[in-house]
Amino acid sequence: MNKILSRRQLSENVYMMQVEAPLISSERRPGQFIILSLSDDYAERIPLTIADADPAKGSITIIFQAVGKTTKDLSRLNVGDSIANLVGPLGNPTHIEKFGTVVCVGGGIGVAPMHPIAQGMKKAGNKLIVIIGARSKDLVILEDEMRAIADELIICTDDGSYGRKALVTEPLKELCERNPKPDLAVAIGPPIMMKFCASTTRPYNVHTLVSLNTIMVDGTGMCGGCRVTVGKETKFVCVDGPEFDGHLVDFDNMMKRLNSYKMQEKHIDEKECKLDSEIEKARTHQ
Amino acid sequence: MSTEGHVQHTPEELADLAKKQLASLLSKNEPLKPKDRLAIPPQEMPAQAPKARIGNMSEVALGYSAEQAKLESLRCIQCKNAPCIEGCPVIIDIPGFVKAIAEDDYQKAIDIIKRNSLLPAVCGRVCPQETQCQEKCTVGKSLKDAEKSVSIGRLERFVADWERENGKMKTPEVKPDTGKKVAVIGSGPASLVVAADVRREGHAVTIFEAFHKPGGVMIYGIPEFRLPKKIVQMEIDTLTAMGVEIKTNFVIGRTRKLRDLIDKDGFRAVFVGTGAGLPKFMNIEGENLVGVFSANEYLTRSNLMKAYDKERAHTPIYASKKVAVLGGGNVAMDSARTAVRLGAEEVHIIYRRTEKEMPARIEEIAHAKEEGVIFHILENAKRFIGNEYGCVTQVECLRYELGEPDSSGRRRPVEIKGSEFIMDFDTVIVAIGNDSNPLIKQTTNGLNTTKWGNIIVDETQKTSIDRVFAGGDIVLGAATVILAMGEGRRAAKSINELLANEK
Repeated sequence: MNKILSRRQLSENVYMMQVEAPLISSERRPGQFIILSLSDDYAERIPLTIADADPAKGSITIIFQAVGKTTKDLSRLNVGDSIANLVGPLGNPTHIEKFGTVVCVGGGIGVAPMHPIAQGMKKAGNKLIVIIGARSKDLVILEDEMRAIADELIICTDDGSYGRKALVTEPLKELCERNPKPDLAVAIGPPIMMKFCASTTRPYNVHTLVSLNTIMVDGTGMCGGCRVTVGKETKFVCVDGPEFDGHLVDFDNMMKRLNSYKMQEKHIDEKECKLDSEIEKARTHQ
Repeated sequence: MSTEGHVQHTPEELADLAKKQLASLLSKNEPLKPKDRLAIPPQEMPAQAPKARIGNMSEVALGYSAEQAKLESLRCIQCKNAPCIEGCPVIIDIPGFVKAIAEDDYQKAIDIIKRNSLLPAVCGRVCPQETQCQEKCTVGKSLKDAEKSVSIGRLERFVADWERENGKMKTPEVKPDTGKKVAVIGSGPASLVVAADVRREGHAVTIFEAFHKPGGVMIYGIPEFRLPKKIVQMEIDTLTAMGVEIKTNFVIGRTRKLRDLIDKDGFRAVFVGTGAGLPKFMNIEGENLVGVFSANEYLTRSNLMKAYDKERAHTPIYASKKVAVLGGGNVAMDSARTAVRLGAEEVHIIYRRTEKEMPARIEEIAHAKEEGVIFHILENAKRFIGNEYGCVTQVECLRYELGEPDSSGRRRPVEIKGSEFIMDFDTVIVAIGNDSNPLIKQTTNGLNTTKWGNIIVDETQKTSIDRVFAGGDIVLGAATVILAMGEGRRAAKSINELLANEK
């Protein structure tokens, strides 16, 4: 049981929670994630990235988008409630050293796991350029936190409501064309964004790391549900990743695998919606 | 391998029949001669009827009635050399406990078993008896049919169930606290044995389990219909009652490093029993298509997260119509039979050798057939074919024939060139075994492993690191519950000796 210490809604369906997890807070390194579930029986186990940690307080910070059954349920928990099961830190930490200039591209909720990586890269003495991408101004997260550490911060929105009206690949391409070009790019966000970041940097030969968030059950190598094709080889995101060379990842296969259970989830969603409307009905009849 | 004659009678009929057989046998009122014993018909295991059981997850084999157990135990001729004991990985006094059942002294029978085995209710159900104790049985030899050996496993299960169902399970005595701490990593069969044996000596034991429920493969792997989870839970409750602490959601190597347990956390010894949890794939085209699963994933979703309970479970499980299961072991049978219960219209097992070489227990193969699973032998998948959505739709297979024996002693399957053919499937479950879990190795310097990643141990189960022992599948490669328990017992003995000699 891990107690929720704070809860904040960052945008329409994005939430930030500080959760009690003393061991994870001191062991975790940038790039790692946790798996949680909300009850012992019947609940699904979902991987979430660690956005931050406070070893002194014994807490970790998770940021998530309420899109599926579990994340919606999680978003309804309050301070003082507990998460039934939380395990981590899982996955291999990001390899951090002084590369020179590092571009960190975070799209949507992907800015959350990018934050500790950006922190680490800065601390290691890199020149840090951060690109934050979001659909609109409301969905930009961690801007202040990133501004505090980045040597250069570029914000893009799809609708132009904030920063540049552009996709993240546009400024990324410009950075690749600079002299000297970046020594490393790290991209975390929706698979389609990571795919296009990788194809943007490929012609410039800028090494690009991506962090994959796949379907997972145990997170320790046991289930193989998280497998991805990287350079024609099968890799497990949980024990071989979650970071891989973006130029080698078969994103199309990964995106299809992510949709494996879409039909079933739709079914759960429909049940939920019905339940919600029933509750609503009952309330109005009172 | 004959599977005929299975489940011809209902449990009630079997119980009645046994009553009559027993009455007539005992009415003679004279000591049974070996000839009389060999004439007693082998007792069939009562089971849920196939048509009923494919609609539920409840246990298939229902267990002997008291009369059946007595008749079966009377079939044992109590031969002097007792070759069955040699066949048992934990050297249970088999003739001893069988005789006690024949004398209606169930308590004595279970006490004899428990001297050597901690988990008889589990092993009675999942041990491959036909290649262990029962393979060597003199009765089977005399009747020239190993399937007519005394059903030692069913008798073991009978007394273990009697003990549990009658509230006779005792919490083993624990010696006064020594103040010494031992860490056990993983909570499968090897680990449970180590925890019990080490705790009995008065040492404090902490089990670290990565999942949210303890029990390892007995919980996430073996389905409810073969091993009810409440049986495993009761064994775990016994450990807790002995004072063993269980930390779930705790991954050694990630949440805490193995060496930290000794260097920082004050554990005097560590047992690594993390199992063979890294599914093997075939490395063929199309293996990462949607709808291709490892048996581990498929079974874990169903068993651990109860995805079969579609009304209550949040964990989705793939809705399948035509399922191919690749492999011929118990895990393959478990996957196929789970798919049947989850509502698949057709389930096929594809195995590249013949049924004779299948590593699965005979009973599981028989049960799978009764449940309508279609067997393809001497065939193997060559590639998986998908549609525009990246979902598997077909499997291209090759036919095989048996050649010379290989290193495992089984005849090597040789592919028949040009024999390719295609079958339609929307789901493929790969059940061709597991490699060792790499997490501990990856995160622990100086821990020596084989090239397959199995931890290397000496005859005391000690690893290359001081105070660190290992056992079970992480050492053996994917094996059985009973072999894991045997290793656990040996490791516990070594740990207890190490700690006894220290202040």
